[in-house]
Amino acid sequence: MSLRVTDLKVHYQTLKGEVRALDGVSFEVGDGEILGLAGESGCGKTTLGKSLIRMDGRMRHIGGRVELDGEELPVGDDRRMNPFRFHKVSLVPQYSMSAMNPTRKIGRMVGELLRSRGVPLDAEKLAARLDLVGLSPEVLGRYPIELSGGMKQRMVMVISTLLDPSLLIADEVTSALDVSTQKGVATALAGFRDNGVVNSMIFITHDISLTYQIADKIMIMYAGKVVERAPAKVIVEAPRHPYTKLLIDSLPEVGVRYADRRLSGIPGGPPSLLDPPTGCRFRDRCPLAFDKCAQEPPAAEIEPGHVVACWKA
Amino acid sequence: MTALQEVQTREVPATPPGAWREALHFAVRNAKLVIGLGIVLALLALGLLGPLLAGAPPNEYVGPPMQSPSGEYWFGTTTFGQDVFVQFVYGLRTTFLVGVLGGGIAAVVGMVVGFVAGYRGGLVDEVLNMLTNVILVLPALAVLLIVNAYLGIRSVGAQAVFIGLTSWPWAARAIRAQTFSLRSRDFVDLARLSGATTRKIIVREIAPNMSSYLFMTFILLFGGSILIASSLDFIGLGPTEGVSLGLMLQNASQWSAMQLGLWWWFVPPGAGITAVVGALYVANVGLDEVFNPKLRET
Amino acid sequence: MMLKLDNVTKVYRTGAFGGGSTTAVGGVSFEVGPGEVVSLIGESGSGKSTLGRMILGLTPVTSGSITWNGTAVRPAKSYYREVQGVFQDPFSTFNPVFKADRVFRMIKEVYFPEVPPAEWAERVRASLADVRLNPAQILGKFPHQLSGGQLQRLLIARALLLDIKLLVADEITSMLDASTRIDVLNLLAELKGRGLGVLYITHDLSLGTYLAERTIVLRRGTVAEMGPTETVFTGPKHPYTRELLAAVPRLREPWQEAEPIESCLYHDKAGTGGLLEVEPGHYVACARLAGCAG
Repeated sequence: MSLRVTDLKVHYQTLKGEVRALDGVSFEVGDGEILGLAGESGCGKTTLGKSLIRMDGRMRHIGGRVELDGEELPVGDDRRMNPFRFHKVSLVPQYSMSAMNPTRKIGRMVGELLRSRGVPLDAEKLAARLDLVGLSPEVLGRYPIELSGGMKQRMVMVISTLLDPSLLIADEVTSALDVSTQKGVATALAGFRDNGVVNSMIFITHDISLTYQIADKIMIMYAGKVVERAPAKVIVEAPRHPYTKLLIDSLPEVGVRYADRRLSGIPGGPPSLLDPPTGCRFRDRCPLAFDKCAQEPPAAEIEPGHVVACWKA
Repeated sequence: MTALQEVQTREVPATPPGAWREALHFAVRNAKLVIGLGIVLALLALGLLGPLLAGAPPNEYVGPPMQSPSGEYWFGTTTFGQDVFVQFVYGLRTTFLVGVLGGGIAAVVGMVVGFVAGYRGGLVDEVLNMLTNVILVLPALAVLLIVNAYLGIRSVGAQAVFIGLTSWPWAARAIRAQTFSLRSRDFVDLARLSGATTRKIIVREIAPNMSSYLFMTFILLFGGSILIASSLDFIGLGPTEGVSLGLMLQNASQWSAMQLGLWWWFVPPGAGITAVVGALYVANVGLDEVFNPKLRET
Repeated sequence: MMLKLDNVTKVYRTGAFGGGSTTAVGGVSFEVGPGEVVSLIGESGSGKSTLGRMILGLTPVTSGSITWNGTAVRPAKSYYREVQGVFQDPFSTFNPVFKADRVFRMIKEVYFPEVPPAEWAERVRASLADVRLNPAQILGKFPHQLSGGQLQRLLIARALLLDIKLLVADEITSMLDASTRIDVLNLLAELKGRGLGVLYITHDLSLGTYLAERTIVLRRGTVAEMGPTETVFTGPKHPYTRELLAAVPRLREPWQEAEPIESCLYHDKAGTGGLLEVEPGHYVACARLAGCAG
């Protein structure tokens, strides 16, 4: 097992109180596995991604353990996390455009970055990695502004995986890209796993159809909790949690026409995480809700590898 | 404090009050605004009412020279036996007048030029920008000397008008830059789609978004006018009659008040200028909180 | 009521002294008929938003013409009574220092100053009901207190207060969550039932096909392909349309290895030639189809 997260709780401190962004999240990512993490805005997916590598100033680790390759990750301790970053866990952020220093040529920036981590630059390896994502080595002599969005995103992918981390977290890496570029970037990301550059990956996105294309397993989050986790095919074709079902049913696909098949959204909105309701958090919007939903449904493994947190599943 | 405000908001009766009533509701609960405005109003009242109570004109030699503050002469007297308190209240009045008039004229000209240039862009912007830069590099003092020689205006009002007409360029440039960034926002487009005229868009969409910035511009222009006025006073281009806080400071330094230990001569006018400008600044921070609904809540 | 674009071109001056120029839209012609829902699909840099702004009279046209019922479009009260727009970012469309329902008041001041307040309140209530918003949850709130979906509906309700015939919707769902996005789309489709035409501008092919009767695919400022939605999506002719369709991630259907597009010069030729009508109503700008040896 590459990554094992047990009952992770992370809160945000705001002036209005503690926002329980992650409230007891447990899951594993196997060796060589890509876990797709999907959910709507505010469900905690980005918080989860950040928690595994660097918490920002307002985040606090309340409880739970994170184990990577059998070793505990000190997620709540910024300084003790330092040796793990880049070496063991790495992140490709959403806005990689702004992650690059605009006044440095890319090659020089890569060198400086590696030196700050105390690692010499392996030019051959760098060239091989550029080739892997379909970039020509000449990009190293250019400034970030000269690269297109897709090229920048690929460049950041190469930089963040130069030290062969065990776990790569990709947070909405393609959401700012055009459809035609998106496919190339997502495929290149999967290529990292296929070529053994990284051992496992968490692919965070709001787009279930996209995560379906490259992920082995998909985990759906809602209001700071995991509602369902299963192989990608199962989530899309035979979801068991009402939220997953409704969410997938609300996605228009190419070819689906209003005149032929009317899709519908999910009424209402997610609860405030300042003071979340007890029991199932989807209860208020759920068409199947009944008395028992006032108690929190446990995450049950209904078939091997398919975990659902719903009394009706 | 802020948490308290939050609770109080919730207790507001269900009927939504008018926008102004609501602003007032937050305004009276904002300590910065209340304190800042309180100080300004108190000094303004002193400047308006003080001269009425003072028996003699400010430059009259009323008492023994170089008296330290006492029950009879609250702020002491100068080397010539003038009452510093009487000078101070008259000075406040002049200072407010110069500040309001000079700062006001500069703010109005700066806003009109800045808004129009920033919103319209293109040729209008280029012409106005050129005008702004010309005024900016104009040697104001030299112009004043010439104007003075020809027209011989020596009143406080004329001084304020002159200050106002020469100190607007930097305000215009700053407002132009802000307007430039706001005009591409979608809500400006929405106002255009609602059939609003350019003037209405500037006054009702763009200006409210920078209201605290505009007020701060005014405060800085206000303070600037006071300082320019006192330097004009010093070189003999100020009002021939009367007294201002700047004139008091200049007199104090000219007659070596510091060396003679007459602290009561220069501390009141210095503190007066600082208090007026400082209090306006604090009030501005408070005003920002009142008018920005997002700041209200956090 | 018809919108007609004829060879519309937009050139932006660039560079320090306005010496350079960029063509954002190069010779686009199409029509939107009464009560028709048309989707304008394009990636970044396709000129789709510039077209939307030109149709709304927010950006002047460099050459060509845009007409509404035969008269040239210009930013005037009478035009905005019939043609309205909703934009991508709901939070930037509302002036953050004012309450959200102020957008209704702005309409009243300009268009309906004579309507008595009680009747106006009734009209606002009715149009909020049309977009399925609960007045109690909306009125008197600041924009940041409402969700993106609520704000976008509020803007549609605002347009409905006018005698609106065409709504230009520029990426209006791209900042919404999946579970609320579809409701806004359904709302647009319902409005069509009341005779309202919609020009739906999007980068998302799936959203475009869901709504529109006709689809226009834009590429680098020119029309690559347009026609009835069914035809364009089931039998795309332009290599670019095919490439886009192959790249869209779909549920239950893994990505195929992209079918290699045989040496095609569409990169260079598109836009230079005119559109070719390959079947009734289906137009393609492809040099190869036009008989080029490419």
